[in-house]
Amino acid sequence: MTITEVGRSRLRKEDAHLITGRSRYTDNITLPGMLHLAMVRSPFAHAKITSIDASAAKSSPGVVAVLTGADVAAEQGSLPNAWPITPDQKAPAHPAIAVDAVAFAGEVVACIIARSAAAARDAVELVDVSYEELPVVLDLEEALKDEVLAHPDLGTNKSATWIFDSGEAGTGKPISEALNGAEVLIERTFYQQRLIPAFMEPRSTLVDPTGEQITVWSATQIPHILRLMLALTLGIPESKVRVIAPDVGGGFGGKLQVTPEEAITVLAARHTGKPCKYTETRSESLMAAHHGRAQVQKVKLAATKDGIVTGLDVHLLADMGAYLGLVTSGVPILGAFMYNSIYKFPAYRFECTNLFTNKAWTDAYRGAGRPEATFAIERLMDELAVELGMDPLELREKNWIKHEEFPFTTVAGLEYDSGNYEAATAKALELFGYDELRAEQVRRREANDPVQLGIGISTFTEMCGLAPSRVLGALSYAAGGWEHAQVRVLPTGNIEVVTGSSAHGQGHETAWSQLVADRLGVPFENVEVLHGDTQTSQRGLDTYGSRSLTVGGMAVLAAADKVIEKAKVVAAHMMEASEEDIEFTDGKFSVKGTDQSTALGEIAFAVFSAHNLPDGFEPNLDSNATFDPQNFSFPHGTHLAAMEVDTETGQVTIRKYVCVDDVGVVVNPLIVEGQVHGGLAQGIAQALYEEAVHDDAGTLVTGSFVDYLVPSAPDLPHFTTARTETPSTTNQLGAKGVGEAGTIASTPAIVNGVLDAVRHLGVKDIKMPCTPSRVWAALEEAKTTGGVQ
Amino acid sequence: MIPSAFDYAAPATVAEALGVLADAGDDVKLLAGGQSLIPVMKLRLADPAMVVDLGRIGELSGVRDDGDALLIGAMTTHHQIATDPLIAEHLPLLAKAAATVADPQVRHRGTFGGALVHADPAGDMPAPVLATDATFILAGPNGERRVAAADFFQGYFTTAVDDGEILTHIRVPKYTGWGAHYEKFTRVAQQWSIVAVAAMVRVEGGTIAEARIGLTNMASTPLRATAVEQALVGAPLTREAIATASAHAAEGTDPASDLNGDAAYRRHLAEVLTKRAVIAAAGL
Repeated sequence: MTITEVGRSRLRKEDAHLITGRSRYTDNITLPGMLHLAMVRSPFAHAKITSIDASAAKSSPGVVAVLTGADVAAEQGSLPNAWPITPDQKAPAHPAIAVDAVAFAGEVVACIIARSAAAARDAVELVDVSYEELPVVLDLEEALKDEVLAHPDLGTNKSATWIFDSGEAGTGKPISEALNGAEVLIERTFYQQRLIPAFMEPRSTLVDPTGEQITVWSATQIPHILRLMLALTLGIPESKVRVIAPDVGGGFGGKLQVTPEEAITVLAARHTGKPCKYTETRSESLMAAHHGRAQVQKVKLAATKDGIVTGLDVHLLADMGAYLGLVTSGVPILGAFMYNSIYKFPAYRFECTNLFTNKAWTDAYRGAGRPEATFAIERLMDELAVELGMDPLELREKNWIKHEEFPFTTVAGLEYDSGNYEAATAKALELFGYDELRAEQVRRREANDPVQLGIGISTFTEMCGLAPSRVLGALSYAAGGWEHAQVRVLPTGNIEVVTGSSAHGQGHETAWSQLVADRLGVPFENVEVLHGDTQTSQRGLDTYGSRSLTVGGMAVLAAADKVIEKAKVVAAHMMEASEEDIEFTDGKFSVKGTDQSTALGEIAFAVFSAHNLPDGFEPNLDSNATFDPQNFSFPHGTHLAAMEVDTETGQVTIRKYVCVDDVGVVVNPLIVEGQVHGGLAQGIAQALYEEAVHDDAGTLVTGSFVDYLVPSAPDLPHFTTARTETPSTTNQLGAKGVGEAGTIASTPAIVNGVLDAVRHLGVKDIKMPCTPSRVWAALEEAKTTGGVQ
Repeated sequence: MIPSAFDYAAPATVAEALGVLADAGDDVKLLAGGQSLIPVMKLRLADPAMVVDLGRIGELSGVRDDGDALLIGAMTTHHQIATDPLIAEHLPLLAKAAATVADPQVRHRGTFGGALVHADPAGDMPAPVLATDATFILAGPNGERRVAAADFFQGYFTTAVDDGEILTHIRVPKYTGWGAHYEKFTRVAQQWSIVAVAAMVRVEGGTIAEARIGLTNMASTPLRATAVEQALVGAPLTREAIATASAHAAEGTDPASDLNGDAAYRRHLAEVLTKRAVIAAAGL
């Protein structure tokens, strides 16, 4: 087969409508007789609801109804948590509209249904809710004490404790051996600040209850899971629910959720019998959409004096926030397998305590557990290098898995199929000019330059292609990790690809078209990709965890292969040859050793007319395939950051950023490049800019983009990106996934670089985000105490 | 993001606008470029009963030569200030400060007068205007009133403009030949100033003859760094002398503490940024 499409930097076919205002986001959709919703939200982080007087709101012009928790208590159920990580996991009931109490500021206490969005908004202020304030618990160390409870009825803030021990699992030695006999022990506490996904399109849901089915349009990453969960939560037969994810403007995990607002919109449509739409404001999105990260990591790294790591001990406190969302509890567990990263440790122990606080609940956010793990180990490797007086790259190389050692079973029990950390690092060093920058660093130190230079290093790997269903089952996740696809051959020979992956900015329409164009030998333009509607794409598990190409793409290829097998039978019949003699190349079926051939398009029409088909041949080339991966894929890379720190102001500037990622075989380099750039921006944002801050009462202080600082293009450097290509062996294409790579590697690279610039001045650590005031304060502190922890 | 309902008027002349204001009662807001007012209305932090749009009053826009000063219409946009040739020649400080306001879209809508009357302590136009000793020209029910810059800024979001009055023009003395620089410190490119320093210096034969320094976001109003100004007069044109004078920058300031830094950090920044602003203004 001639490969013409895979590897080609095609412009994305979905972009034309998105950038010319012909987009179809949920909020763009208007139905006849549609009503509008606005939410009344709790200003308190923890309070009993003593009474709600909605009479003034109900009589406000244009208001149709007001729903309170009491009004829907019997039918709203409890929003789902699909990942009970232990059999004894504790979780509070999670009503879409709070009934008796609220547990975070921003929780919905009532919903206005009105004839216009303005009328709904006006009536919000007319709902008189009486609260009895309760004490709040906001800090993880405080939550651990169980003195103030986020949910008094639960009797504890501890949701679950989950442990992995390489000694017990049989994947390595007990950690006690490594810690007790350690020649060098590095002990640190790292803080993963709370982040807000900040997708571009705020969440929006439209529900049409007219007709036989309920149709739900929603700005979601997961139309299939949402359909199932809405049915289970609200007690509607699944067959009566259709979910459509139209154009969706980003998610980053933030739309991997079954939200209160989605359930409320269904309830409102059911109560009124009319289409109802809810679109959140940006303020509501920042306050009440799920947050990410929010962990305290207490870590110990044991090593020999010559820099061989002998063990890693991780104690994690993970902030669930007030409730368990869809996969809230499992996010830290996704990180558990990644703390050992690319290194060979003989011993590893991980213990995570999931804790409730009176803040918005956390859940998946780009990388979900893996960026946190990578940050900890990459910071520790730098700290160990400092302790031993070794070059941080040399130390890493001493400990990483060599390319000839693959496949390699890690101390966390994963089998890494492939990788070449030496190659990626060598390429990164060459592009970076490592030695020159080290020399400049020395010059600046000696000259006592007000602007100091630091070099930040991060290597990484991640588990992508979520996920082998058996593994998810072993981790107590409720669903599987397969993906489904259908390839349909139209009478003209045009192809429709139906995918269970639900794109929200990834470029599936383009990439899947490239895959199928190559496989079936049809022009790229003749392939149409359909997704995001449970009526068109009946089966699917949606888009998250860098899974689309390595799982969904494989299902597409498998379905295409079935089309070829079916068409071969017809080709043999048409050319009066035996099936064994039929070859398929470049969209043509030919008889071996002859010049006889017939195109897929001709076969398509022959099947459509069905006038002359082999006996018993079902007149249909359409094919389905469901792919369940047998292993994860493991992209990796080496990132290098040259950081300048203005010691007079504390301002941090990225002077140069080089990353070499190995994401395996690339279908569309342009899309991969875009994913890397966006990922870097998001990881750099955690290192330098973003943090969800609450006041002592639990109110979100960073409630708008004035205070929650999302970097934009002028804040970021020109990125030097490159790739090495070590094909994955866990899927037939050799792809590994790229959606999260940049986010995972860049955060520790930046922080390592900042610290490398100022460590000689006595600074030992700086909490993220490394803001100018924090950097300056650390420098001031170092002047007086010789260091700040 | 839907504001409360409000009445709207769009008068064509200042006289007409004053009439509308006289009839409108207390609960009225003037709309200039709308880059602050519209967001706070959409967040319902402001819900005026009436909005009077000044956008159709042509006489309020533009820059013209007025002898020893430039007369700048209150509705002149930041973009116009940043690119106007008269301002570039006689008041480069204003051009440099205006170029740092927000982003291009905001600079094309947001206005010079609107920013001054809004008087956000972190806004970029008040401190440079204060440093120039400009005069604010107000139209009111009893005719025209002139207010010196030193008396104009009265507190957080508070100025000398009374109810029923409209800021029509700002008369800014020319500082032709002076070196100027606006040193703005932010965490991201599109952000209000954490601290910023507006500096103008007149250099004569290797020494600083005169200096004017304005501080942004170091108190509830813009401030003059008078101690620095005095210390700079007669100082040699060296980095060391400028650094020594700049050490007075935080004197008399009362900065706020917030997520971007506490008061101590802001005082420190004022010194560093003053040094940098003066060095740049002096062309060192």
